[in-house]
Amino acid sequence: MDLLHVKRVYKSYASHKALHNVSIHIPEQSIFGLLGPNGAGKTSLIRIINQITAPDKGEVFFEKEKLSPKHISQIGYLPEERGLYKKMKVGEQALYLAQLKGMPKNEAKIKLQNWFEKFDIAPWWDKKVEELSKGMAQKVQFITTVLHEPKLLILDEPFSGFDPINTNLIKKEILELRENGSTIIFSTHNMESVEEICDSIALINKSKKILDGNVDDIKHQYRSNTYEIVFVGNMIAFSTALWTGFEILKSSTENGKTKVEVKGTSPNTSVNSLIGALVSQVKIISVNEHTPSMNEIFIQKVQEVMPETLEEGGDDE
Amino acid sequence: MMNKIALIIKREYLTRVKKTSFLVMTLVGPLLMAALMIVPAWLALEGKDVQMVQVIDETGQFINQFESTETLQFEHQFVSIEKAKEEFYDTKYTSILYINSTDKDGEVEMFYKKQPGVSTIKQIENTIESAINTLELKNKFDISKDQLDQAKSNITIKTIYRDISGDEESKSSTISSVLGLAGAVMIYFFIFMYGIQVMRGVIEEKTSRIVEIIISSVKPFQLMMGKILGIALVGLTQFILWMVLTGAIVTVAQVVLHQSINMSSNPSGIEEVMQGQDAQVESQKILTQFESIIDEIPISQLLFSFLFYFLGGYLLYAALLAAIGSAVDSEADTQQFMMPVTIPLIFSFVVAQTVIENPDGAMAFWLSIFPLTSPIIMMVRIPFGVDAWELALSMVLLVLGFIGTTWMAGKIYRTGILMYGKKVNYKELWKWLFYKG
Repeated sequence: MDLLHVKRVYKSYASHKALHNVSIHIPEQSIFGLLGPNGAGKTSLIRIINQITAPDKGEVFFEKEKLSPKHISQIGYLPEERGLYKKMKVGEQALYLAQLKGMPKNEAKIKLQNWFEKFDIAPWWDKKVEELSKGMAQKVQFITTVLHEPKLLILDEPFSGFDPINTNLIKKEILELRENGSTIIFSTHNMESVEEICDSIALINKSKKILDGNVDDIKHQYRSNTYEIVFVGNMIAFSTALWTGFEILKSSTENGKTKVEVKGTSPNTSVNSLIGALVSQVKIISVNEHTPSMNEIFIQKVQEVMPETLEEGGDDE
Repeated sequence: MMNKIALIIKREYLTRVKKTSFLVMTLVGPLLMAALMIVPAWLALEGKDVQMVQVIDETGQFINQFESTETLQFEHQFVSIEKAKEEFYDTKYTSILYINSTDKDGEVEMFYKKQPGVSTIKQIENTIESAINTLELKNKFDISKDQLDQAKSNITIKTIYRDISGDEESKSSTISSVLGLAGAVMIYFFIFMYGIQVMRGVIEEKTSRIVEIIISSVKPFQLMMGKILGIALVGLTQFILWMVLTGAIVTVAQVVLHQSINMSSNPSGIEEVMQGQDAQVESQKILTQFESIIDEIPISQLLFSFLFYFLGGYLLYAALLAAIGSAVDSEADTQQFMMPVTIPLIFSFVVAQTVIENPDGAMAFWLSIFPLTSPIIMMVRIPFGVDAWELALSMVLLVLGFIGTTWMAGKIYRTGILMYGKKVNYKELWKWLFYKG
């Protein structure tokens, strides 16, 4: 079932279009990557889901119901541009934010203390925020986002400001939250982390959705049908075996091993068919299908639509 | 939803009230105000230098004509001026007054060790003048000093307002002026101080980037109103504490001063007894006069209108200042927008003096009706008496005024707090007013 369904949403500001006919489905208990270059309209979409702004046209459904203020307590939002009151004490502030989300004070306090223990920041409860390091402040913000156990979590660049150890800690928490039933919208420019944790994605560029779907499906769809084969044997025998259906892109020989890159000309090509054709002719050492990274897909798609769009632009309308 | 506004109000209130600066202001304010009331009284009682004047009177006409007071004492010496000057620094005298003619428009010389104050010189001049007067009256018309004293009068004018239905009300314009001006100063001060706090708070939330976290939980309007109301409560708390503390300090000081009055009127010399009694009678008279005037001024009405105009004016300006705060990225950028907002406030403060001189004039009327100026100008007028319909009109317009500015501010605020790194101008602000949701 879809937890969130954004249906044909339009939003424009005086000077430009932010979202143009954008629809997305976010399955329950999944991690959904919301991707796009700066200024593409991601923040606008996130703000609409958070009911900070309203769409000009189109609708958003939360668990099949039209999105309304009662859903606010079921959404947790970690904005990209985030901060805390500098002069306020950490614990007091976390309590305040939890109460604003509708949690009763006592319950919030108990849960907060657990999280603080878990993240090793319990001794900072009575310190002022300005005394915290950036990483610690980020931890506090993460905690306040997830504390009320929202069904939908919106994390905009959640790893920025974290060292690799804390990045892993947060990553682990995100995966655990999914296991416990949360649905997560994950907006980032870090494509590696997308491949690592996202189940499905949507790519937005210039206010339009240009790609969406399951990560594995997309990678399959965007496979270039190229393979890298390392073998020992005669190059002529090799090329004869691959006479039909393949095109040799480049080859090189080193220490008696030949490395060849080939591209299948029919969409039915697979590692199996390659091995089948070669196995009797040469001694195969390895066969690898070259799969595109999300990063490559991202760049390819964005440039495909408008080659000059990879310029920097304000993301903050 | 109301619950969330209450949470915001609570946070805004508590973080400010717990600050050391709030505590300091709360204590220093009443001390200053009390000092303003007590110090003049205290100075009048003691602490003044005593001027000892050696009088060398070559005309011989002024013997026993100069009346000494506590701070100014005359002693006649029958020595030559040269000798007196020579020995000046060996004597206790602070100055030598040298009179060598009884010419009505003449000049008298005074030699001093320490520069006498203007008031002392004036006092001596008056003394000599009245001595010459007495002398002239005695010499030319044979009127003795006793006769003169009997003819002396001391009149104060009691102004009574008689309205069309024949009701009479007496007022003191002096006290009214003081009260009116005091109220205006307080309101001006409060609106400015707490309005700026609202603006700073909004800028703080925007620059610390917590605002987007908060408005994913509450509506921007709720955040803005919560802040404005929370800070209003801080202002009220401060005002009430000031009143209570000032009252307490003044009461204590009065008791202490009264004791020292009684003590100082236990003198040794007969002359001083007379003076002490005189002073006491005089101060008693002023006191009863003051009390009767206070009785005539409707304190509760004044207090009510003060609170109303303080709150109304504050809400009106705080909303505008919140909108400014939301539109800029730092306090340095507020200048261009602050000007038009503060001009009516400063203007009404400046013309308050003129309004006091003519509290029922056309300018006073219009400015006390117009919402941007009425909080200050109406406060100035109220102690002089304002028709009920004028007051009602002014109040209704003020309420409409702050509803209007709050609506406008809400629109600008909603867009402004999420807008970073953009120089905003008036045209832009105008567009924001009509953005949808």
